[in-house]
This record gives sequence, C-alpha cells and structure tokens, in this order.
Amino acid sequence: MTTIRKNRWITAALALFVAVAILGTACRGRRKRAAVQRGDVSEAAVSTYVAPGDLDEFYLFSSGGHSGNIYVAGVPSMRHIATIPVFTPYPGTGYGFDKETREMLGRYTWGDVHHPSISQTNGDYDGRWMFVNDNANNRVARVDLRDFKTKQILGPLPNVSGNHGSSFVTPNTEYILSASRFSAPVPRSAYAPIEQYATEYKGIVAGVKVDPQSGNMSMGWEIVMPPFNYDLGSAGKGPSNGWAFWTSYNAERATGKLEVTSTQKDRDYVAAVNWKAAEKAIADGKYKTIDGAKVIDPKVTPGVVWLMPCAKSPHGADVTPDGKYIVCSGKLQSITTVYSFDKIQNAIQKQDYAGNEDGIPVIRYDAIKEAEVNVGLGPLHTQYDDQGYAYTSLFVESAVAKWKLGTWEVVDKIPVSYNIGHLCAAEGDTMHPKGKYLIALNKLSHGRHISVGPSQPEASQLIGISGEKMKLLYDAFTEPEPHYAQMIKVETLKPIEVYPKEANKNPNAIWDIKDAKVNRSGNNVTVKMIAVRSSFEPNRIEVNQGDHVTVHLTNIEQTTDELHGWGLVDYDINIVVDPGETKTVEFVADKPGVYAYYCTNFCSALHQEMQGYLLVKPRGAGATPATAGAPGPNRGKLTASK
Amino acid sequence: MNPSADTVRASATRRLQWLDRFFDRDLTLASRILIIAGVVLLLPVYLAPMYSMTLISNQFPDGLELHIYASRLEGGKTPARDDLREINTLNHYIGMRPLLESDFSEFKWLPLAIGAFAVLALRAVVIGKMSKLVDVVVLFVYFGLFSLWSFYDRLYQYGHNLDPTAPVKVQPFTPPLFGTQQIANFTVTTVPEIGSYLMVAFSMLLIAAVWHSARQAARDVTAT
Repeated sequence: MTTIRKNRWITAALALFVAVAILGTACRGRRKRAAVQRGDVSEAAVSTYVAPGDLDEFYLFSSGGHSGNIYVAGVPSMRHIATIPVFTPYPGTGYGFDKETREMLGRYTWGDVHHPSISQTNGDYDGRWMFVNDNANNRVARVDLRDFKTKQILGPLPNVSGNHGSSFVTPNTEYILSASRFSAPVPRSAYAPIEQYATEYKGIVAGVKVDPQSGNMSMGWEIVMPPFNYDLGSAGKGPSNGWAFWTSYNAERATGKLEVTSTQKDRDYVAAVNWKAAEKAIADGKYKTIDGAKVIDPKVTPGVVWLMPCAKSPHGADVTPDGKYIVCSGKLQSITTVYSFDKIQNAIQKQDYAGNEDGIPVIRYDAIKEAEVNVGLGPLHTQYDDQGYAYTSLFVESAVAKWKLGTWEVVDKIPVSYNIGHLCAAEGDTMHPKGKYLIALNKLSHGRHISVGPSQPEASQLIGISGEKMKLLYDAFTEPEPHYAQMIKVETLKPIEVYPKEANKNPNAIWDIKDAKVNRSGNNVTVKMIAVRSSFEPNRIEVNQGDHVTVHLTNIEQTTDELHGWGLVDYDINIVVDPGETKTVEFVADKPGVYAYYCTNFCSALHQEMQGYLLVKPRGAGATPATAGAPGPNRGKLTASK
Repeated sequence: MNPSADTVRASATRRLQWLDRFFDRDLTLASRILIIAGVVLLLPVYLAPMYSMTLISNQFPDGLELHIYASRLEGGKTPARDDLREINTLNHYIGMRPLLESDFSEFKWLPLAIGAFAVLALRAVVIGKMSKLVDVVVLFVYFGLFSLWSFYDRLYQYGHNLDPTAPVKVQPFTPPLFGTQQIANFTVTTVPEIGSYLMVAFSMLLIAAVWHSARQAARDVTAT
C-alpha cells in the first residue's frame, strides 16, 4: 500500500514525460531502432518465412473490435487468412443475408468484439469453440472452430451494460465471464438520474452457462455489484479453479469527466468471485429474478464475492498458468500487483478485512499481496510462456516487459511500435503455454507501413520469446481493432472443409436437379434451388410483384473450395453457400421488372455464365403461376409445379 | 505311291495320339496344389481394385482418384473431397457422360465369371485330367483378352460419345489403357491394381500346373 502511494506522483510525472517524448521523437526513435535491429534481420526473416505452399505453426485469432469480426492469421508468417464475421453482416461470406444469420444478428448491424476465448478442457485449449463478447450491445457469441462459423449470439444479456469483462472461459468451459463496464440502473429499462449514480446505478458480474456437449450458451448467474466500471476478467485454474477475478476502475463512484473524477483515489478494486458458491446460491434459490436473469445480491447472500484493493485504474487480470497467482496491472502505476490465491483464502478465513463496499468485504491489501513487480509505465495485460516467465504490456512506455514468476524480477524489455494494448503469447492464458511466439497488439502503427491516409490500421508485431532476449521478428497490420487474441497450435483444431451430404439435415436441401422446383401457395413462392458448377437450377423464377419469395439454395458440390454465391441484382441480397451447405433467403419481390441472379463467388471457368433471372410481373398485369426455367442442355428434366 | 504321304500321315497320327494321351494325363499332386493356390489368389479379386486412374492437375496436385473393382466403381474420398463426384462435375464441361455404376454391365458379369473360373479350376483339381485344366487356361486367357478389349472400348466410348452441346469442345480421345496421357489440364495415369495382378497370378499358376504335369508325363515316357 505504501509503495502505491510513494509512486503516485513520480508515476504521473513520468507517464506524462514519456508520452510527450514518444510523440515528439517517434520518427527519430523509429529510425534508430530499425538500425539497431538490422543485425538480426536475416535471422528474423528466416524464422518468419513460410515458403509458398508451406503451412504456419499456430493460428492467431484476433478480435476485430468495432469491425465486429474476428481475423484469422497464421503464425509465424502473420498472413491474414480469413475473416470470421460475428456481430456484423459480411457479404464476403453472405453472413447476415440469409434467414438464419439475419435472425441471429437481430436488429443490430455492428458489435464491438473484444476478447476471444477458446474453449478449454482442464485449463488448456480444446479447440472446440471460440467465444467472444460484444462490448457495445452486451452480447456474447460462439464460433464453432470445426467450420469457423458463428453459430450462436446470446443477448443482449439482461442487466449487463457494456459487456467488456468477457468472454473469458472457466477451465472446463462451464461458464464464460461477463461484466458491466458502464454501471447503470438495473434492470436496463430502469431510470435514475445521474446524480444518484453512487446508490442507484449497479454493476453486474456474471457467468454465462455453456452446454458441455453442444456449446449452447444460456444465462447462468449474475451478481449485483457497486457501481464501479468492471473491466477485465480471468478465471482461476488449478488450485484457484472455481474462482473468477475482475478488475474495476472508478472506486470513486464518480460521474462526469471520468478521466479526472475516477482517478482521485489511490486504489481501485479487483472483484474476486467464488463462482461455485454462486452456482450453489442459485441452486439454493438465493437469488432474485431480474429481467429473466437469476441475480445474487451479495448483501443478502455473503460468501460469494470479495473485493481486493489494487493499484489504481487496473486493466488486465491474468491468472498464472499454475493458478497460484492473480496478476493485475494498474494503468496509472508503474507496478504490476501479484496476489497469492492462498493468501486470499487465508485472509477470507480470518476475515482480514479493511472495510466494505455495499456490504461486500474489502480484503486487506497487505494480507494478500505476494509481490509488486516494477514492470514499467502503463502496464496493462500479462501473458505467460512455458519457461516460467510473464510478459506484461506497457502502454505508456510502448514496450513489453519480461519478468520471472517467483523472483518477480524484470529480466528483459523490448520496445514496440506503438502503444501496445493487449498481448498474446502462444496459448499464453492456459495452464500449459507453448512459448516461442508473442504478439504485441499495438494501437498505433504510424510510419511503420506505407501511408494509407488518416485512417490508420493497428499493428500486430511478432516477437520471438524462445531465447533469453525477446526479438522483434515481424510487423503485421491488422484491421480495427485487436483488443485481444488467442494463439493456438494448428494441430489442436480439426476443421472440416466440406459439409458432407449425409450430414446435411436441412429439410429444404435438394441434391438432384429433378427436385429443383418453384412452388406457389397464395402469395408465397418457394424455390428449391441447386448450385453446382456452373449453373443454378432453376435458372428462371417468375413471380408477381409483391410475392413473398423464399429461396432455399443448396450447393451440391462435395469438393473443398467450391463455393457458390447467389447475388440478386438490385435487391441487396448476397448469400454464399459452401460445399454441401443449404441456405435460405427471403425477400418480398416489391420491385417489378427483370433481375438477374448470379454466382458471386468465383467458382469455375464458366462462372460468368452461372446466372438466372427473377422475372417480377408488375401488379395488375395478370397473375402468373410461379414457374421454373427450362432445363439446361446437359441437365435432367425440370418439373415446374403450380 | 508317295512314301512321304504315309510318313506324314503316320507322323500326324502319332502326334494326335500324343495329344490324346497328353489331354488324358492325370494331373500331378503338385499341379493340383498349384491350382488350389491359384483359386485362393483369385477369390480376393472380389475385394481388391482391378484398375486405378489418377488425374493430376495444378488444382489437384495429389490427384483425383478412381478405383475400378470387379463389382463397383469407387472414387477417392476424403472429408474434403469426393473424387468420383468431382470427376463427373468436371467431365460435364466436355459433355462426357457421368460415370455411373449402373451403366457398367461388367459389374454384373465380372464377379460371376470370376466365380465360374474358380469352380472350373476346382473341377480340374477333382477330375484331375489335363484336358479340364487346359480348358480353364484357354477360357481364362480368352476372358482376360476380352476384358481388356471391353475396358478399352469403355474408355473409347466415354472419350468419344461427347455431348455436342457441351460448353467445352474437345477432340474425342481415349484415356490410356496403361500409362500416362495428357488430357486438357489433367495428366491421366492408368495402372492395373492388385486385382489385375491376382488374376495374372491365377493364370500363371494354372500354366505352372500344366507345365508340371506335362514335365511329369515326359519323364514317364522316358522311364518306359
């Protein structure tokens, strides 16, 4: 506690000085660094070069921030390979255009993807799913790592406001964490004037339940908390399994200009939740149902949550691989605080408290502090390697500090370009990190790439961590905005590349051209369509203006990479079907005239010829029964029913 | 009188008598064992591929594969690819008929023929006469040559009966019966597979059986 106080002014002054210095000399500093690194260029080039046709060693899943996507790259090449749309429509894969994904996105057109989290078994990645949170619209999503597609979006989660401290998983993927960054009256529809912030506004920390077989997410438990800003979470593992930790800022319960008002106290809090106790409280009926969620009030049900004082404005909370320590970094201090899980348990046993906040006991800092590591300025997040080292990102200093667990000594530091936020080591948040590579996820990249105008990308820098000294290996540039990433061994994932015909259970799937049909029932026209190189069957759909049209499109290919798209001219529709996949698109044929549909995803030598027509007869022109086109020259007979 | 005519006649008669005796010979035990060994080798032909065709191109560096069995057609299959389906999809561009199992009458009579040869061979073992064995050998050689011709004809028909309305017009062609040939962007290689080798082994064993009994006969002659 005393260290925190002593450092306060020195740190603030240093932070300001360094920030100014960095801005002022960014250009000169960069050239100097480049010169220093030149000696290692050939080594770096060889260690990152993945020859044409060769494959990478790790997958990197970077969150795409307010782009709403997840970006998949290979490590060490750092090549962007694919984009997984999650909270945003993405015409490239037809995401958000077909019925299923449209309904999944609901009325939202964007999300703020922050913290991807790969599902775990016994504290290690099992590669089944990846969860990700939406900081903006309080949702969580599940991506299936079998086909790299978003399968479920849950939310907006009731009562949660600004779901930032999410979606970190527990060691056996029992729960994914969720928390309010912007405390607000609960439930979300409740109103209270801002003057009543300290008493009427509430924070929420929560666990979203995950079905161990299907991965299906549902509401688990919620805990109503004092109105702090809950920031980042981490689940306990090994000895600390059953616990979850969230940092928070604004212990002042301040409003207005938080930059000033929330930074007046020396410390903020880390919330420590015994989620097994939370589970039990729910089972025992000790909860109130608010907006459909089971909410625990710690005032009524003690023994679920405690608060741990932390260096002020903490950001990352990161449990060590052995599960014995929780490492929390305060943005406005130059130290990283290491808490001992054993000491936390002892302090709770002895009720070694220093007060309470809304009835939640505050544990005495000195009773649980294991170490304060002098990592540098603006520490944010910590990752781990396989040799007992921790790596902490330093935002203000634009550097990564490497320090030893146990001795708590900083052993190396490497500058990054510039202003690092999160960092990601290979499986660096599991019980068995893989070491070798670390990615610095930098917020600023100016001057490191050919200029693209004022809207600049983020930078993902690859750092080698095999040796004693960290080595900068490669600069990559990322779409906005990698808040966090997950790096996993390629072998752990077993993706499919074709949906097998036998596994397609869609009742509207057809596999034979003779089943391609246009059916009318009143004003509803249903089309069962086949896409195969290089034609659509049927290739003609006649409808009346105002008809409700449903197209079920099956790609009957069974060969990898043979995708087909279905774009409907002037109707703002594009869906993409992968081999063996069936998708449904619905629209009202409100525009009269003749509109081509065509394959948007290049497929074959006769891709340009892969097209058909939607003929929309104007109202009052005499109704026509829906009909399908004549069979193509090489195709079987097509039956049109009325 | 022409003495030479008598000599010729006598010689022909001698030879015919020799042939009669030859065909009437008993098969040696070794010959019978060789025949049984041949039958044992013939039976797996039901399960093993007879022929395979590999189509390699830039897009398919590992090659699309087609395996022809006595009773069915099988494409290479991985979770990411169904080769038979892919071959048919690609072939439709040049107007080739899709390869359908139901179009091949061979798949009905080939297994029957193989079974018949096994039975005929065993019959020779039981009756134990050279004539029965030679019947099987001659029929089997005929059957082998006919099958080869029939397979070649198949290849010819598929490569020549192309749909005139096909989007891509190609010169009619015959895929190779053995070996490698470039067809459009594909390098097509046809090789006999274990099933074919087993059939060859069957005929070799039968010929060995003939040879062994014949040699024994010659020894008997010298002995007397």
